[in-house]
Amino acid sequence: MSRTKKLLAATILASSFAFAAHAKTLVYCSEGSPEGFDPALYTAGTTFDASSKPVYNRLVEFVRGKTEVQPGLAESWSVSDDGLEYTFKLRAGVKFHSSDSFTPTRDFNADDVIFSFDRQMNAENPFNAYVDGASWEYFNGMSMPDLIKSIEKVDDLTVKFVLNRQEAPFIANLAMDFASIMSKEYADSLSSKSDLNQKPVGTGPFQFVAYQPDAVIRYKANADYWGGKQPIDDLVFAITTDASVRMQKLTAGECQVMPYPNPADIQALKDNPDLQMLEQQGLNVGYLAYNTQQAPFDNPKVRKALNMAINKQAILEAVFQGAGQAAKNPIPPTMWSYNDDIQDDPYDPDAARKMLEEAGVKDLSMKVWAMPVQRPYNPNARRMAELMQEDFAKIGVTVEIVSYEWGEYLQRSKAVDRDGAVLLGWTGDNGDPDNFLAVLLGCDGVGGSNRAQWCNEEFDGLIKKAKAGSPEERTAVYKEAQVVFKREAPWATIAHSVVFMPMSKKVSGYIMDPLGGHWFDGVDIAE
Amino acid sequence: MFRFFLSRLALLIPTFIGVSIVAFSFIRLLPGDPILLLAGERGVTEQRYQELQAAYGFDKPILVQYFNYVLDLLSGDFGTSLVTKRPVLNEFFTLFPATLELSLCAIIVAVAIGIPAGVFAAVKRGSWLDQSVMGVALVGYSMPIFWWGLLLIILFSGILHWTPVSGRISLIYFFPSVTGFMLVDSLLSGQAGAFKSAASHLVLPTIVLATIPLAVIARQTRSAMLEVLGEDYVRTARAKGLAPRRVIGLHALRNALIPVVTTIGLQVGVLLAGAILTETIFSWPGIGKWMVDSVLKRDYDVVQGGLLLIAAIVMIVNLIVDVLYGLINPRIRT
Repeated sequence: MSRTKKLLAATILASSFAFAAHAKTLVYCSEGSPEGFDPALYTAGTTFDASSKPVYNRLVEFVRGKTEVQPGLAESWSVSDDGLEYTFKLRAGVKFHSSDSFTPTRDFNADDVIFSFDRQMNAENPFNAYVDGASWEYFNGMSMPDLIKSIEKVDDLTVKFVLNRQEAPFIANLAMDFASIMSKEYADSLSSKSDLNQKPVGTGPFQFVAYQPDAVIRYKANADYWGGKQPIDDLVFAITTDASVRMQKLTAGECQVMPYPNPADIQALKDNPDLQMLEQQGLNVGYLAYNTQQAPFDNPKVRKALNMAINKQAILEAVFQGAGQAAKNPIPPTMWSYNDDIQDDPYDPDAARKMLEEAGVKDLSMKVWAMPVQRPYNPNARRMAELMQEDFAKIGVTVEIVSYEWGEYLQRSKAVDRDGAVLLGWTGDNGDPDNFLAVLLGCDGVGGSNRAQWCNEEFDGLIKKAKAGSPEERTAVYKEAQVVFKREAPWATIAHSVVFMPMSKKVSGYIMDPLGGHWFDGVDIAE
Repeated sequence: MFRFFLSRLALLIPTFIGVSIVAFSFIRLLPGDPILLLAGERGVTEQRYQELQAAYGFDKPILVQYFNYVLDLLSGDFGTSLVTKRPVLNEFFTLFPATLELSLCAIIVAVAIGIPAGVFAAVKRGSWLDQSVMGVALVGYSMPIFWWGLLLIILFSGILHWTPVSGRISLIYFFPSVTGFMLVDSLLSGQAGAFKSAASHLVLPTIVLATIPLAVIARQTRSAMLEVLGEDYVRTARAKGLAPRRVIGLHALRNALIPVVTTIGLQVGVLLAGAILTETIFSWPGIGKWMVDSVLKRDYDVVQGGLLLIAAIVMIVNLIVDVLYGLINPRIRT
């Protein structure tokens, strides 16, 4: 090492010690840039990690590491007997962040709650179109405009939501990122409205400090946080899009936590004595959806036979490289109401061939659609389709693999008269089983998100019934629905991904989120 | 000379119109609908789809869309990103200084090493020096940039710990951006060690980005020099008894530089293309990475606006090169 290099290293070391002496900093090598800081405008998890999770709170929050909800900015809530009115008692004394340009004069109250939702549903609200192309995709995507009849302020600390119909998953929707609570006072004070999306002010555990586009986001701990001050003082997102470079930065100590390692690097990261590796099943499912409205796939026996011909273990090894778990139900095991009593169809090509014969199917040839993109629930659809092609050939079924550009694929696969079975998947939004079972398999989704075009009266009746009731009652109904699903086999359920999070051994208190978010409140780092 | 300049300037106008048409149609010719891609698995209802089409103006005939686009351009409006909802011009100028800083460093390195290397190789034609310079240049010219970048990171950052892995400056430094050039801003900040940190972050990306232009410049210089060294006036200069240094430096190099300057000008386009990969490897917040992301997301306004702005820069650089060429070589002025 030359003298200059030594000097350089010494200077950097010295200054980092000086820095560490007065502030505890955690650096997170994030995988991409946030699109903005108003979570309701966007749908990407990367944006939520940088906006709604550190900066904002919601009326209700997910219990960390689970899919159940708990009180957030609302201390408690009650539901009317007809299931149409939700009354929230708000937390008193919650403070919004103060910044260079804004100092709140009042605590959080009902006006902020109404503002946060009204701007998304009311075209007259001055913040409805405050940036070009504001389309509130998640709010619309979760059918909130049809669902919410009105939001009323009962008093400063009480808000009432009136719904058009019964919808038990509504509470879970309010824990989603688009339901983050903004400060009305801050919005009203802005001379340039787009600052609401560039300089966020919230009630969350971390306060936004600065964003250098595509490079760094800085936050500091909110000293007045209603949940208590954070163990770390500063939180820094170092945006690093390439997974190999993220790994180099983590091993060089330039950051302490990184998401989404390359599957091929996982073993090396696990073997590194300075690192620890957390892992969890993702809240997703990858599936093959038959077109149940076309012969011979309208016969459950044929679908069952094909399911039994698929060697899932081989797929897990070749396509997921170990970062996956075989799926037997349409919902992942981390979700409440998962029915673990269900037996998966065994891999048995001989039995499958016999079943096909019994069903009177001979010389079957079919199409299997393979997605052109990598998704968490299916890292390589082409490879998966090829493996299925081999599996099906063993029972005398000929497969032709087809693919389209991604947007086109999503669109064409919706068609009721689609030719072939489709590889696709789903990542949960709100942790509610309704978000999988009703969206993907309900009769309303035929010709849309129900790629199996499957409308089963018994199943649909159950998931409609589960729209109301207590969590215990709903759990019982969903478990029954999963039995019907397995019997009728509209899909071959393939896998749930396993998500890995490597981090420095100095980091403690990090809990993985089944919904795929990255949260840093409660996280500490040893100096 | 002024007329020469004006004629070159006038040529820019049809070129610019051509680029605007290419940029506009290129992204629309790619399969993929931005609304469907944005919606992903969640999808949109038919009604919602129509609403969004209308909101973005995609429901109008393509010629009307192009006409509206040009009208907006003339009033200085490059559109708004469908993804981030921020003005394209705004995003471009936030990110461009980072690309410019890196490209400038790369071109300086490429010229400072490439020209002398080419000259030495030409003068020592056929020697082991010539062979090795040209061999290295060939390897450099064919180097897969992404692999090369990762290799350097693993060696110099991962194993030797000499350079930082990625980014523009160590995260311990935090100061407002004044010029957008990290080297300048770090000096202005007055924070101890900031400049050194910024400079050390530039080392690897500069090497990676400079690799191909350096190889091209070295090879071009060598062949131009060889040609010039065989000319009568060089022989005359030698015969007059001028020092070899003077013959090569003054008589030969000055004339050999003419094609080299053109090559350097053309390398600007190569640099901007190389910046796409280099920026991705080194998490360098410039326009290369920004463009790739927007093509993947079919972010129409960003792709066409970004292409136009980049094309404008390349055209301006080429105009400057043309003018310089005129200065060096009086024969083409008329």
